[in-house]
Amino acid sequence: MGELAVFIVLAVLTLVPAAVVVTTGNLVRAAMSLIPSFLGVTGLFVLLQAEFVAGIQILIYAGAIAVLILFVIMLTQGGTGLSIRQVNEQRLVGLLVAGGLAVALGVMLVRTPWPRSAGTLPASNVAAVGNAFLTDFILAFEISSLVLLASLVGALVIARREQ
Amino acid sequence: MQVGLNHYLVVSALLFGLGLYGILTRRNAVAILMGIELMLNATNINLVAFNRYVAPGALAGHVFALVIITLAACEAAVGLALVMAVFRNLETVHVDEITLMKW
Amino acid sequence: MFWFLEILKATLAAIAVFTFLAVVGAMLGVYLERKISGWMQSRLGPKHVGPQGLLQTVADTVKLLQKENIIPANADALTFNIAPLMAVVAGLLAWVIIPFGPAFGRIVVARDINIGLLFFIAMGSLIVIAVLLGGWSSNNKYSLLGGFRSASQMISYEIPLALAVMVPIMMAGTLSTVGIVGIQQGGFLGVGNWLIFGGPFPWWMTIVTVPAFVMFLTAAMAEVNRVPFDLPEAESELVAGYFSEYTGMRFALFQLGEYAESFAMAGLAAVLFLGGWHGPGLPGIVWFVLKLFALVFVLMWVRWTYPRLRLDQLLNLSWKGLVPLGFVLVLVTGWLLV
Repeated sequence: MGELAVFIVLAVLTLVPAAVVVTTGNLVRAAMSLIPSFLGVTGLFVLLQAEFVAGIQILIYAGAIAVLILFVIMLTQGGTGLSIRQVNEQRLVGLLVAGGLAVALGVMLVRTPWPRSAGTLPASNVAAVGNAFLTDFILAFEISSLVLLASLVGALVIARREQ
Repeated sequence: MQVGLNHYLVVSALLFGLGLYGILTRRNAVAILMGIELMLNATNINLVAFNRYVAPGALAGHVFALVIITLAACEAAVGLALVMAVFRNLETVHVDEITLMKW
Repeated sequence: MFWFLEILKATLAAIAVFTFLAVVGAMLGVYLERKISGWMQSRLGPKHVGPQGLLQTVADTVKLLQKENIIPANADALTFNIAPLMAVVAGLLAWVIIPFGPAFGRIVVARDINIGLLFFIAMGSLIVIAVLLGGWSSNNKYSLLGGFRSASQMISYEIPLALAVMVPIMMAGTLSTVGIVGIQQGGFLGVGNWLIFGGPFPWWMTIVTVPAFVMFLTAAMAEVNRVPFDLPEAESELVAGYFSEYTGMRFALFQLGEYAESFAMAGLAAVLFLGGWHGPGLPGIVWFVLKLFALVFVLMWVRWTYPRLRLDQLLNLSWKGLVPLGFVLVLVTGWLLV
């Protein structure tokens, strides 16, 4: 019972700010609303007993990506244009497509008989993830570090002022 | 009533739909990137929920979610660098006003 | 009904932590800062209010409370109000994982989370958002610039902080603070197993733990915007930076958040490197409080010794100095541990 109450609170905390993000006209409000949405997702991860992923979610999403988005909004002066129309003319079509996809996905996911398993997750999340990264998924680990390096250098080069 | 797999799947489907609506209807490039981040969060919830309820022996879902978080950070960095470069040259970040390469 | 009791316990723990920190940490800390800085500058510090000036902070708080709460004309009121709240909440949440010592048969800690150190670093990175929003919502170019500078300084020093914390994590094999203190017990004279002396490993581990300790303190000072890293709030440069427009209680809340975070950093350094509550003779909690205040004294001492670093010097120190040093430390630790 308590778990269901917490789940509902976290789901509302995730979905309502997400709705604000995609509909509000004030961009800084939108970026601010991303943060409770990310924190709600963190809570859902903790409820799913994925503590390491929850910690990384706060650290990277709420602590780095949200900051990056806020920086760029403030530097491109998108936040002061309350009178500038922020939504293009595809609103109705977008609503139909997005709504239709959400409903179709939801129905399909709920109706599929997934093979539930009654096992339990490994006790120490961090140790298990570390082992998995260095034994089973080492290729993904190395390639994602290469992608990080490439995007670091690329972002620096692209955003640099022409000398 | 217990919290089951279906609850998480419905939440992630709704979040995915909201992100898609943001991508399709916004004019500002940064707002479109915010919609992309929402969609990536929805897939992360999905993966971790499946790991917990369908395949809890290994942690493949967690590993996949961590790789997605890493790649989302990379893609946000490069995308926002592109937005900054476009703003510096064209003085606008609205995607329907960036028409230099249209015929 | 267990979940209800858990929420109640968590709320009570939160209230206890907040009152302890607001009363002891911030008030005593501010008083100590003024007294100690006075003594280091051959003057006396506060002496009038209360015996030896002890009630000075109470007087300051009353003064701040009765100041007018001004919101600038074109400022975004919601963001303007939320920013100091976020700073305080993130700064205080960092205290959840710091263990004080054994009392009544169990370790006194708000919650011994098994990803404790990851949580601590995440709370440090949440303050950056509060700083950015505070700087932007004041509708003032000095605040905005101060906010940008402070945010870039804080995110630059998160990486050396995380790398310095990696060394005790690798030596202890756990992210939980209670676990890291656990491996530091016993030893020569009761202090031999502190991580700064090499922990339960031979003495040559100090080649990584002492630089890690220094790096942690440096990055901690930069994270909480203390001198010599306080360019964002230097009065002579930016008119108090991102909190130029904050008056009264909101200003006090920003300061409270910074003080809580700096005490939390000192507490975490005591837990990670100086053995937590272990030591010969005195009970555990007394040792922890002694170490905490010793490190706070070191932070204040550094404040009045070094001149302020310029922003580019600051960022160069982080990216070109501390980050490579941190990587080398982690590599050497891994090699030494095998």
